[in-house]
Amino acid sequence: MLYALKIASRYLTASKAQTALLVLGVAVGVFIFIFMSALIGGLAEFILSRTAGDISHVTIEAEEAKPALLISPEGTVLLVQEKDAETAQLREATSFVPLLEALPEVKAVSPQISGAGFVRRGGQVAQVSVTGLEAGRESVILDLDGYMVEGSARLQAGAVLLGRTLVDDLGLALGQTLVLQSSEGVEVALTLTGIYQIGTGGGPDRRMAYVSLPTARTLFAMPQGVSRIEIKLYDLYAADAVTLRVEGLTGLPAKSWTEDGAQLLEALRAQAQTGYFLKTFAMITIIIGVASALLLSTYRRRPEIGIMRAMGASRLFVVGVFVTQGALIGVMGGLSGAVIGYLALLPFPTRDAFRSGTLPIDITQGSYGLAVTLTVIGAILASILPARAAARVDPVTAIGQ
Amino acid sequence: MSLLTVTDLVKTFGEGDTATRVLRGLSLTLEKGQMAALLGPSGSGKSTLLTILGTLMQPTSGGHVMLDVDLTRATDAELTQFRNRHIGFVFQFHNLLPDFTALENVVFPTAIREGRETAAARTRGAHLLTRMGLAERINYPSTNLSGGQKQRVAVARALMNAPELVLADEPTGNLDRASALQVMDLIGQINREEGTTFLISTHDEKIAATCPRQLVVGDGLVTG
Repeated sequence: MLYALKIASRYLTASKAQTALLVLGVAVGVFIFIFMSALIGGLAEFILSRTAGDISHVTIEAEEAKPALLISPEGTVLLVQEKDAETAQLREATSFVPLLEALPEVKAVSPQISGAGFVRRGGQVAQVSVTGLEAGRESVILDLDGYMVEGSARLQAGAVLLGRTLVDDLGLALGQTLVLQSSEGVEVALTLTGIYQIGTGGGPDRRMAYVSLPTARTLFAMPQGVSRIEIKLYDLYAADAVTLRVEGLTGLPAKSWTEDGAQLLEALRAQAQTGYFLKTFAMITIIIGVASALLLSTYRRRPEIGIMRAMGASRLFVVGVFVTQGALIGVMGGLSGAVIGYLALLPFPTRDAFRSGTLPIDITQGSYGLAVTLTVIGAILASILPARAAARVDPVTAIGQ
Repeated sequence: MSLLTVTDLVKTFGEGDTATRVLRGLSLTLEKGQMAALLGPSGSGKSTLLTILGTLMQPTSGGHVMLDVDLTRATDAELTQFRNRHIGFVFQFHNLLPDFTALENVVFPTAIREGRETAAARTRGAHLLTRMGLAERINYPSTNLSGGQKQRVAVARALMNAPELVLADEPTGNLDRASALQVMDLIGQINREEGTTFLISTHDEKIAATCPRQLVVGDGLVTG
């Protein structure tokens, strides 16, 4: 088909302005495809990094013992046993940490002790959720390092990290001492070594306190074991499968983030589907554009097609000429669109530099190869109808035109 | 020695009341190496006969044998291949490919057969163009050539695959007298030197007189 290629390229170069317009049209379609891919991908990345990116993807958590009930024969609750104040714990779970870390899907593992408590500073008291983290693993689940506004995320014995809002509420400053009292009634004097700011005021910035694992053991009277193990994965969409695997490996109850994040997942899927629709429309536009341009070319070149057929060109050869033309338009338009798309996306910040208020476009998710491949395939498909029309040209009537 | 034979050739266009019978049982034999003129008024069926002999159209009925091949039974693909190898065409309006040079037009029939423009094809194409007196126009875009030059390029293209039969439909009809005689002179030379058979449709009796044999088409039949 070398000769068909020569004729096809000659036809394209013979009408340079028309070809340039056609290629530009295809390139614009490809650019839209790439832009939408980068925007939808970047937006998903941004939302995930701000939500599921900072949470545990799989959590092994001790089940709280339910309070015993005394029920009458009529079904009325007569007596509720007071709940055991002791924090639920996984006594042997820490031995599974190396096993979990060895799983290829697992990015990080964080054994934790958590419970409720009160922060006291002078006459002021605030209720907090206390989390004990292992030294060196402070930022493997929630990126505490990234959220620090003062001090360090490094947790040593006797240190505590508090959120900006709580610190302001209590009138604390870095290096000052405060008292943390656990729900077990244990009091520990701690030094504020770090202040973080995750949100814009409420939530974790007001209600969380991070201490070292040994401190948490003291606070919650838990000399061994942990209350939960949080696991972060490389691919958070693999959480459900990994959860089953973790349960199988450890025999402990595990929970995937998707159980609580179903709405987020649904929103992300809906967003991805919107992207697919837009990209499909871009492709359909390309196909219609190429098909109509080639149909016009076929009509304009009817006498030439007639001559070719009279000279002994087979119908297949004629089809080859026009399909090759379509493929060349696809390749040129696809590559041009990919280059234009890449250059247009360059000024946007990288995924690591996404900030609130900016358009979260991820240049690495432009699907450049896919865009070019689909465009070439689309252009070839678009050229089939005109090519078949060309092959059906009757040489006798065409030459007579 | 017979090159082609058509017997009782009938060609009807349309159906029912609107049917027009252009050829009415025409029979004809062309010998190898003959140069024949096909005369007749407009609408007599000259072009239809050439189209059928050129395998671009099948007859409604009748026999058509060339080089011992029954062409009425051949498929479209077989006819296309046969046409490429054994038949050359010269049209009244040259019908060159406008986006190609003179040489590219000439090598076209060989290139579509071989799938590419070979060096051997280009050499033969250049030789044919030189013979047509167009040595200095080989790489000219075909659109930059004069009418006579274009027609000589068309003759060279018809000869490219060394066909046994060249069908020329009013090849000089669009040329001035000098160019017309020049083209006919070249056709005569090739007929004599290479033994190529020519069937030339023309209105011009002076052009027809340059051919040793004259056939006259009238009422859908041929005489001569």
